[in-house]
Amino acid sequence: MPGPAPDERMRPKGRRNTQGIRVDPEAEVTHEPRQAVLSALVKHRPGVLSEVSALFSRRQFNIESLTVGPTVDDDTARMTILIEEPEPGIDQAKKQLQKLVPVISVRELEGEAVRRELALVKVSGEKPDDVNAVADMYNGQAVDASTDSVTVEITGSKQKIDAAIEAFKQFDVQEIVRTGAAALERGPKTLEKDV
Amino acid sequence: MSERASVPKEEEETEPETEQEPVTTGAQSVIRALENAETDYVFGVQGGAIMPVYDALYDSDINHVTMAHEQGASHAADAYGVVTGDPGVCFATSGPGATNLVTGIADANMDSDPVIALTGQVPTEFVGNDAFQETDTVGITQPITKESYFAADSDTVGDDVSEAFALADAGRQGPTLVDLPKDVTQGETEVEPGSPETPETYEVPEEADDENVQEAAEALAEADRPVILSGGGVIKADASSALREFAKEYEIPVITTMPGIGSFPEDHELSLEWAGMHGTGYANMAISNTDCMLAIGTRFDDRLTGGVDSFAPDAEVIHVDIDPAEISKNVYADYPLIGDARNVLRQLFDAMPRAPDADEWRDQCQTWKDEYPMDYDTPDDEPLKPQYVVEQFSEMTPDDTIVCTGVGQHQMWASQFWEYTEPRTWVSSHGLGTMGYGVPAAIGAKLAAPDQEVVCFDGDGSFLMTVQGLSVAVREQLDITYVVLNNEAVGMVRQWQDGFYEGRRMASEYPWIPQFDKLAEAFGARGFTLESYDNVEETIQEARDYDGPSVIDAHIDPGENVFPMVPSGGDNGQFALNEDHLDMI
Repeated sequence: MPGPAPDERMRPKGRRNTQGIRVDPEAEVTHEPRQAVLSALVKHRPGVLSEVSALFSRRQFNIESLTVGPTVDDDTARMTILIEEPEPGIDQAKKQLQKLVPVISVRELEGEAVRRELALVKVSGEKPDDVNAVADMYNGQAVDASTDSVTVEITGSKQKIDAAIEAFKQFDVQEIVRTGAAALERGPKTLEKDV
Repeated sequence: MSERASVPKEEEETEPETEQEPVTTGAQSVIRALENAETDYVFGVQGGAIMPVYDALYDSDINHVTMAHEQGASHAADAYGVVTGDPGVCFATSGPGATNLVTGIADANMDSDPVIALTGQVPTEFVGNDAFQETDTVGITQPITKESYFAADSDTVGDDVSEAFALADAGRQGPTLVDLPKDVTQGETEVEPGSPETPETYEVPEEADDENVQEAAEALAEADRPVILSGGGVIKADASSALREFAKEYEIPVITTMPGIGSFPEDHELSLEWAGMHGTGYANMAISNTDCMLAIGTRFDDRLTGGVDSFAPDAEVIHVDIDPAEISKNVYADYPLIGDARNVLRQLFDAMPRAPDADEWRDQCQTWKDEYPMDYDTPDDEPLKPQYVVEQFSEMTPDDTIVCTGVGQHQMWASQFWEYTEPRTWVSSHGLGTMGYGVPAAIGAKLAAPDQEVVCFDGDGSFLMTVQGLSVAVREQLDITYVVLNNEAVGMVRQWQDGFYEGRRMASEYPWIPQFDKLAEAFGARGFTLESYDNVEETIQEARDYDGPSVIDAHIDPGENVFPMVPSGGDNGQFALNEDHLDMI
């Protein structure tokens, strides 16, 4: 075949980065990962959770936590999904979620959204008063006690729970269970209606 | 005899409603839902758990084509959907029947082909108990369908099927599945299914935002080196004629993707044919050097883009797609236009302030066409070249001839050396790249378009994977010409081994393949052999003339490779025209 060989051909000047975005030679654009809270209203029926979690795993979105529970409407459930991704990934996650048939609506909650998670921490029962004192510092409370163990409930932000668990380590932590974050937008805005 | 054989068909206008007996079972409701959706053909294989549905089909006017393997049923339904534009339907029983459908469903999903799969399931009380021929079909197929339904109730099973049918066709087309437990289809019900409607949560964008369209049109009009990249979505949206009008009015060169073949006539002077790994040199040069790309109905697959860092690096991208999730997924869109391709093209047509000033660019594209023509060597003493067979066949047939293929080197030759001018005449497996797609796809295509000629180019490796489908083509007396471009190898693998694995041909050579002409005769089809240039046209003509399936076993040059080639992850402008170039890039 005729025609110039590869190294003799007309060449473009530009470039894109690995995210497919054109690179401005003055200032290259790359997006660092950030944490995003996605809130999704979904149909309350079997299989939806697996559909959502399978979507995240097959598209390799880095999921931090996922919680799901019913809403005031018996037919819908609400999921709170924490992901850590660069900007284009967060946008993709939102759009791919929205594509799932049982998903009614999806929104990324703003930074100041109310976010809470829950931890139950079971520690040794040798020093119940000390345990209570630490629990108080984190607005927690003992919810079960026996001669050998005390179980404390802590609710709050991820940072607060991390700190509380760190503090409980002095009492020989036997077991921990944590939920992921549940989150709601501040103010009158809801997933069903924009205000 | 079935009831329908003894009842004379009434005129459609005279009370068509009274023809239908009320449904009495879930299975009848399933069939009624398909009838309501105007299903003509169903491709499937019988079995234990799907038997009630087949029993209900006995009394229906819907034609059933028994396939030789369920994989063929899903591919035939897929091709039927591609050619007609309406969902193709396939049936399989539970367990292995359902899992055999999976390849075809995944194939349809990757290519956004409208398919609805109905699978039998063990009775509800056994579900989850590992019963005979049980499998979690919904779980298996969820990632490869728009939605998989588990029908839980005889009263609603018909509505599930109606919804699945509508969903397969709506917006960005794709496959859906309904899993049908045997007790649900056997169960009594008097509930007639509603008309096909998509679920309320599924919204289809129709038109793009006018302001965005205006901005995009101005960017395109400003461009010095504009191109249109037309994907499979243009064909699916029936937007081919809108595209033709737009490109001709504003004189913008058109490149297609491989699934977009046929969306723009390859014999038109603005056509650069298709781009990508084995696309034309001129299409790839234009991709590489354009400064504004109007991309319509394409998901920027890596076989098209190569490495995204070098894909159209100078270009502002206007991306038209009906699926918002495709926008900026692989290539960033400077101007996203979400909507139906046909509507958005009309909006763009009206919004264009003027044609781009691109005389120089069009001249440059013409220069590339002259510099990198699609060509191959044909000395008389060499073994038969596959490209010659494809080219001759293309010249002998009408424009609306449908070409189906398997996957491999033959698929590339069939796409490169056949001249496509009409939409829905190229039926192939793109995204999933399914070897074995060709034989059953040609069956689906022929039934979808009985008045059009259908030819299937296959490779020896690909053909062997679904060759049992020949029995179906023979039984249905389908006038299909299969051409096996036989190089006794999985040629594409061998080509890569030679190019990138130092010629270590591990498991890619097939010196033990059968004589395909005799195999064809054993199935009851006509068989031909082609070994030299002498009788190519004559053999093709004979095969075409035969009224039924025929197989031409074309012994081609085993050393022939597919070029041009952009190596995987490479730069579109750095395609190789031969083995030497591969060392340079």
